[in-house]
Amino acid sequence: MSRLAFPALILAAVSAFVLSLAVPWPPVAALLEEDRPLALALLWELRLPRALLALAYGAMLGASGAAIQALFANPLASPDLTGTTSGAALGAVVTAYLLGFSAPLALASGAVAGALAALVLLLALAGPRAETATLLLAGLAISALAGALTTLALALAPSPFAFYDAYEWLMGSLADRSLEQAAFAAAPALLAILLLLRLAGPLDSLTLGEEVAQSFGHDVRRLRFGIVCLTAFGVGACVAICGAIGFIGLVAPIFARRLSGGHPGRAVAPAALIGGLLLLAADLVVRTAPLGRTLPIGVVTALLGAPFFLWLVAHMRWRLAR
Amino acid sequence: MTPRLEARAVSLPGRLRPTDFRLAAPALVCLVGPNGSGKTSLLHALARIDDPAGEVRIDGLRPEDLAPAARKRLLAYLPASREAAWPLAAGDLVRLGLPPGADDDEAEAAMAALDLAPFARRRVDRLSTGERSRVLIARALAPRPRLLLLDEPVANLDPLWQLRLMETLRAAVDQLGQGVVVAMHDLDLAARYADRLVLIDGGAIVAEGEPQAMLASPSLEAVFGIERVAGIWRPLNRPEDRRSSP
Repeated sequence: MSRLAFPALILAAVSAFVLSLAVPWPPVAALLEEDRPLALALLWELRLPRALLALAYGAMLGASGAAIQALFANPLASPDLTGTTSGAALGAVVTAYLLGFSAPLALASGAVAGALAALVLLLALAGPRAETATLLLAGLAISALAGALTTLALALAPSPFAFYDAYEWLMGSLADRSLEQAAFAAAPALLAILLLLRLAGPLDSLTLGEEVAQSFGHDVRRLRFGIVCLTAFGVGACVAICGAIGFIGLVAPIFARRLSGGHPGRAVAPAALIGGLLLLAADLVVRTAPLGRTLPIGVVTALLGAPFFLWLVAHMRWRLAR
Repeated sequence: MTPRLEARAVSLPGRLRPTDFRLAAPALVCLVGPNGSGKTSLLHALARIDDPAGEVRIDGLRPEDLAPAARKRLLAYLPASREAAWPLAAGDLVRLGLPPGADDDEAEAAMAALDLAPFARRRVDRLSTGERSRVLIARALAPRPRLLLLDEPVANLDPLWQLRLMETLRAAVDQLGQGVVVAMHDLDLAARYADRLVLIDGGAIVAEGEPQAMLASPSLEAVFGIERVAGIWRPLNRPEDRRSSP
């Protein structure tokens, strides 16, 4: 990686974070003069949790996307395309609407269990080093199943407002979360990212094949288990608080590898920064778009990410056909 | 003197029976045997792949006791597969064989030895299979480990490169003092360069010895079902041979 790229990324992520706190500034400036405690409360209780969630969730998606892509040796693997986020959403919905637990810890536990189940199912269906088609089909099947079960759980929920209630959350949203809720997502995400960073070396060795990685002394089964658990843990906690947000986990690692000389393991750190940056930027778009209403952030990432995904598929197909 | 390699009762369930294997001093040893006989499994057991039973010591050190960085200087393993799981640049792939912080000259020397300097920045998935083979071999050679374990390194190489690689491995033993264990199918090439041939069949070592003696040994003929007549290998007891004989 170029010496300047990493500090520049950190600077960009910090700037986006500060910008997320400051924009729009006029209401804060006006309040600061009239009612200083209220202005600080607005910053502390409304904008800080939102910026924190965008940074942590985006970074978690970026880091886990990079790790999953390295693990499956496939640039199209990501938490959303492998069904991990859908599994987490299902886990949280079942916990909240069927079991009736709505405390953040219960929701997070349910989501982590759902994400873990989805990843284990993916490994069982597609195998540890799947072809792109097999991986995407298995991910699609798991997403479809989790989506149908989520709808079923909402239909069977005792509350008649379950669908309406869950809609905004399912679309992915960072709005109106408390600082406590933000901590419930950000703390597991940060821990998972730090632990994933430690696996960068073994993940790079894995590019030489499982046998060679083993001859270096890396326990490949433990590596796989570690990445699956850390991804489920971090992504699950974020989904529990903010719902499912797509495409960041796919896009961030691809940009990150431009900075890591193509090394998939070394891309975990820049992917986390780029993921945080992208979600902060998407949230700024959501908040400042002159539409007179707030868009769900998951819609914005999907609108920007889906064309990129299509381009990637076309690009791969063109390259393979050559 | 501590032997370069001392393997005791190494085994892999269903693939390799408990086997002892020893290199007293640096040497080039070729493993020969039919497809599925257990050559790769013995290399796996020596490289500590797939949790083999038994114990391996290289210069008295157990690979399991070393961290990955130190282990890269102790042994290097080249798998038979020439697939590249990830489209890295050739130079970056070779550097992955070295411990972190190693000098760039080491990677460059290994690449130069295999005429790979022009490919350093090329992605390995865009090289020919033979070129990619050389990149993968350079990765194994780069850290100059005390023990090289190579699975069919000459496969996919053209005749000149087969010879150049065997010369390189010979030099690794004679000049650098490395131990080299190679699984290969070309019996004549193996016999020409090796200090010792080891014949493997049914997941066990069935015979070993000095190369020319091994080529003439009945056990080799029996295991492969071939015989050497006037310097040319031909199948032994083929039905059509029997029909044509008087």
